[in-house]
Amino acid sequence: MAEPAASVLEVRDLKTVFRTRGGEIHAVNDVSFHLRKGELLGVVGESGSGKSVTMMSLLRLLPMPPAEVRGGQAFLNGRDLISMSDEELRSVRGAKVGFVFQDPMTSLNPVFTLGNQIMEPLIKHMKMSKAQAEARAVELLELVGIPDARRRLYQYPHQFSGGMRQRVMIAIALACDPDVLIADEPTTALDVTIQAQILELVRELRQKLGMAIIWITHDLGVIAGIADRVMVMYGGQIVEQAPVRELFANPQHPYTRALLQTIPRISGPRDARLKVIEGQPPILSGPLTACPFRARCEFRHDTCDQLNPARRPIDGLPLGKGHDVACHWHAPASAEVAHA
Amino acid sequence: MLDAGAPPLVQVEDLKMHFPIYTGIFRKHTGDVKAVDGVSFDITAGQTLGLVGESGCGKSTVGRAMLRLYEPTAGRVIIDGDDVAKLAPEALRRKRPTMQMVFQDPQASLNPRMTLADIVSEPLDEHTDWTRDRKLERVYELMDQVGLNRRFVNRFPHEFSGGQRQRIGIARALALKPRFIVCDEPIAALDVSIQAQVVNLLEDLQEKLGLTYLFISHDLSMVRHLAQRVAVMYLGRIAELSPSRDLYARPLHPYAEALLSAVNEPDPELAARRNRIILKGDVPSPANPPKGCNFCTRCPKVMDICRNVKPSLAEVEPGRLVACHLYTPAAGSTGGSEANERNQQGETR
Repeated sequence: MAEPAASVLEVRDLKTVFRTRGGEIHAVNDVSFHLRKGELLGVVGESGSGKSVTMMSLLRLLPMPPAEVRGGQAFLNGRDLISMSDEELRSVRGAKVGFVFQDPMTSLNPVFTLGNQIMEPLIKHMKMSKAQAEARAVELLELVGIPDARRRLYQYPHQFSGGMRQRVMIAIALACDPDVLIADEPTTALDVTIQAQILELVRELRQKLGMAIIWITHDLGVIAGIADRVMVMYGGQIVEQAPVRELFANPQHPYTRALLQTIPRISGPRDARLKVIEGQPPILSGPLTACPFRARCEFRHDTCDQLNPARRPIDGLPLGKGHDVACHWHAPASAEVAHA
Repeated sequence: MLDAGAPPLVQVEDLKMHFPIYTGIFRKHTGDVKAVDGVSFDITAGQTLGLVGESGCGKSTVGRAMLRLYEPTAGRVIIDGDDVAKLAPEALRRKRPTMQMVFQDPQASLNPRMTLADIVSEPLDEHTDWTRDRKLERVYELMDQVGLNRRFVNRFPHEFSGGQRQRIGIARALALKPRFIVCDEPIAALDVSIQAQVVNLLEDLQEKLGLTYLFISHDLSMVRHLAQRVAVMYLGRIAELSPSRDLYARPLHPYAEALLSAVNEPDPELAARRNRIILKGDVPSPANPPKGCNFCTRCPKVMDICRNVKPSLAEVEPGRLVACHLYTPAAGSTGGSEANERNQQGETR
C-alpha cells in the first residue's frame, strides 16, 4: 500500500443504542476508525455485528427513535457529523457522502424515471439547471456502463435488470462527486456473474475518480478482491483491523481465523469437513463487559469473561495504521497453534 | 453415463416445466415461460448432485417439479422405481414419504402458529396411524438427530435462530425416513458462521441414513464441498454435468468457465492474479429464449452455428456431459481443442 494519505473520515468512539420495549440493544460499541483519501476500506461482519448501523449512524439514516447515537464523533474533512444540525447534515448526504444500498430493487422509487432520480441530487445539491443536470446524468450513466444512456434516462426502474439498477444506484451516489462512497452490501443481492461486473466497475471507477470507499459486506471473497484495508466487526465492535493481505495471510482474532476456515474454497484441496463456529452471535442487551466472542471461542480463558479486550496493535504501529486486534488471547507465538 | 457401479436412485429424463402466459381480456395463451426446458440427469443412491446456476435459471423449478410441487409439462422423473411425474394422486401421496424437501427460507417455510412438535410431527399425522406418544417419541429422536435440545419441543419458530429453524426444517423432512431429499438453497439465508453447522449436519445425516441429495445452490464453493457431481444450469437447460473434481479443475462449457471465474476466493493474493471472465449483459428472458444456444447472447466464444442450432447435452469426455458446439464434431476439431487450451489458461494458479 502507498504511504498513508490524509484521512477524509475519522470516527471516534461511536456508540449507537436501540431502545426497544424489551430493553436496550447496544448495536455499536465505541467504534473508532478512519478512512484515508482514495482508500477502499472493507467492513466485514455477520448480520447484527453492527457494520451497517455504524455507517448509517454517521449520516443519521436510522429511525430515531428507536435508534440513538449516544456518543462519539465523526469528522468528515474536519467537520463533526454527529454534532451537526439536521439542516447541515442534509447538505452532506448525497453531496459529500454517497450511499449505495444492498437491494437495488427497493431503493429506487418505482414511480419516477431514472433521469428524475439521478438529476434530483444534482439540482438540489449542485444547484444545476435542468439541462445541465440532464447532461451530467447522461455522463454518469455512461460512466457506470449503461448503454444508450440518453434513452434510458426516461425509463422507469422496472425496465432495468438487477445489475443495471445497481449501476444506476452507483451513478446516483456518484452524482455530486462525493469524497466518500459508502456501499452497504452492494453486490449481495446480485448473481455471481453480475457481481463480477459490478466489482469490475468499482475498480475502474476508483482509478478514474479516486474517491474513498467504505464497502460493507459479509462476503470475505469480495473483500479479498477489492479492499485495501479491512475491519472485522463482531458484537458491535471492531475486533480486528489490518491491510487486506496481512489480514488474510495472518489473521489474529479467533473469530477472523474461524471465519476464514468455515468457508469452503473453490480451488485447492477439498476439506473433508468444514470447521464450525459453534453457538450463536451474542445478543447485545447491555454494554459489553466481557469479550463478545467468548461463548464461541476455543481459546477462552478467565480474563475473557471479566474484561472486554481493547484493540491493540500487534506490529508496533500506532492504532489503526497497521494490524490491530481486540483479543486477550493474542500472543505472537500463537500463530502456529491455529495453523497446525 | 454413470460413474459408479451403484444404480441411480433418481433419474430425470427430458423434464420440462413451462408456465403459460395469458394476456388480454380473454386471457389468451400467448406464450410460455420455459423455466425448465428439457433437463436430464441421474443421481446415484447415497450421493449428492449439485445443481448450480444464477437466479432465474430454473434450478429451484427443477427441484419442485421433481417432487410434483408443480405439475411438470413433460418428461419422466423416476425416483426409486416409480415415475413421479405420472403417478395418480393417491399413489403420489403414498410415494411422498420417500421424497422430501428442505426449503431456503426457514422463516417462511415454518408455520409461525405451530410449535416445533406440531411442525415435525405433521408428516406423521398425515402418513401414519401412530399414537400421540409414539409420534412424540419420533419427534424427540429427530431432534436428537439434527442437534436440537429436547427442551425446545414446545417452542414456536420465532423463538429460534435462523440456523435452528433450518434444523427444524430438516427434522421435518426426515420424519418419514425419506430416501431422497431436495435441498433448495438450504443455507442461502444463513450467516457464514452458521452455514457450516448446517452443511456438516446434512453430511452427517447423509452418511448415517444413506440419503440421496439434490443440492440446489448458487454457492459454487459450497457445492464443490458437498457434491460428487454437479450440473450447471443456464436459462432452463443444463450447460454442463460433470464430476465435481473435473468441473472445478477444468470447466468445459464457456458458461461454467465464466461462472467459476466469477467466484470470489477469500485470498487477496489469488484475487490479484486471477484471470476473470466478465460476461457482458444479462440473462435473456426465459419467455423468449434465443433461437440457438441459450448462452449465445453472452458467450465469449460464440460461433455462427450457436445462434441457430441448440446444442444438446453430449458426453465429450468420460463422465462429462456438455451442451456446447465447441465440442461437437460438426464444429470442427480445431474449435474443440482450442477451447480446451483456453480453458487451461483460464484456470487459477
